[in-house]
Amino acid sequence: MTIEEKHQVLLQINGLHKEYDGTTVLDDINLSIHKGEVVVILGPSGCGKSTLLRCMNGLEKIQGGEIVFSGKDLTDKNVDWQNTRQQIGMVFQNYDLFPHMTVMENVLLGPVKVQKRDKAESLEQAEQLLKRVGLFERKDAYPRQLSGGQKQRIAIVRALCMNPQIMLFDEVTAALDPEMVREVLDVMLGLAKQGMTMMIVTHEMGFAKAVADRIIFIDAGKICEIATPDEFFSNPTTERAKQFLNIFQY
Amino acid sequence: MLNSGINVIIEGVNMQRLLLGLAVTVRIAFISIILGSLLGILLGLIRTSKSKVITFICRVYLEVFRIIPILVWLFIVYFGVTNLLNIHLDGEIVALIIFSLWGAAEMSDIVRGALESLPKHQMESGLALGLSFWELYRYILIPQAVRRMLPGAINLSTRMVKTTSLVVMIGVIDVVKVGQQIIERSFTLLFVIRCPSGQKNWKLNGRIK
Repeated sequence: MTIEEKHQVLLQINGLHKEYDGTTVLDDINLSIHKGEVVVILGPSGCGKSTLLRCMNGLEKIQGGEIVFSGKDLTDKNVDWQNTRQQIGMVFQNYDLFPHMTVMENVLLGPVKVQKRDKAESLEQAEQLLKRVGLFERKDAYPRQLSGGQKQRIAIVRALCMNPQIMLFDEVTAALDPEMVREVLDVMLGLAKQGMTMMIVTHEMGFAKAVADRIIFIDAGKICEIATPDEFFSNPTTERAKQFLNIFQY
Repeated sequence: MLNSGINVIIEGVNMQRLLLGLAVTVRIAFISIILGSLLGILLGLIRTSKSKVITFICRVYLEVFRIIPILVWLFIVYFGVTNLLNIHLDGEIVALIIFSLWGAAEMSDIVRGALESLPKHQMESGLALGLSFWELYRYILIPQAVRRMLPGAINLSTRMVKTTSLVVMIGVIDVVKVGQQIIERSFTLLFVIRCPSGQKNWKLNGRIK
């Protein structure tokens, strides 16, 4: 990746405002994410972190502001969400694999049925990605035969197979047993090293520190602090962030 | 040997008459199960729509068929509607109409229930992959819903087969009527055609649990 590409803004959020039935959930969010950047969003429960991610691919409608992705305004009424979502990979907390399909069918649904790509080529890519997360042997298994960590790794592969420009991770390890968290985080760390642009919502502070280029701290629907991981964890500027970090220390 | 009466069935043309009666029962049941299911699936999909007006209309349709007994429905159409419009409808046609509409009403509720029981995040992860509305239903929601609605659908089918015996009341000679005419003991036959679907349902229930 050239320097120029690295500084190109992939996702620009200007004055985003989101409310549910009159209650403001996100207020005046301004953020730009560059190509290849890994942004970790931290904040207390219910502060709007997940909602922010869900706004990025249109699962939530926003009431104000604009989101510009790869030069396209996503608040435009005529925006082609199907096409846009193919470029924005998203992995959820509840490892939502489709239970009636095998691992391989889950992974190939996007490339073959949605993107209508060549089956042989997609298969090859899927196999490579599955090998990378160490689950190639399980390609014919059904989701119920897999552990939580395995399911989550498959969900990441499923999203990657669409060749997205950015990946959104919504608390992907929150529902996992502690010993399975690691295997999922390792996959994400590997992605970050390869230059994937990522927005991550997590409660794993150690991981946030290791993977992030920037930390965004959100509280009560507002961005409180934007800092590098080093600054944020050693020397947070806002009182709210200090309080938040204290909770994680016994 | 005691006379069990069973030999009455094979006496003369009795068997032939019974089979003709059975054909009427099977025909009404079969056609109305097929038509009812197709219409019911459509209505069930419509009932998951967000429009309150549409779901309300579908709901009223279902309740109307649930509350009013099928026998009354048969009378309303066979005697009432035909009289009102001054037309003649064959009893079997009336039965087909009523049983199809009833099947559709009940089926729509089974389909709706199955679709709504699917976790919401299944839909969201489909959307996040870029699936269109129809692709979402075709690849994700319907295949999963079908498994959940099979027991209910089979149960409904057996109920429909049983309820066809009401057509006697509007002058259709079905297997029960023939049986009555012969010895009033042809329940065995009705049992025989219901038995396989009932058993299938048991097996399915076991598998789903």
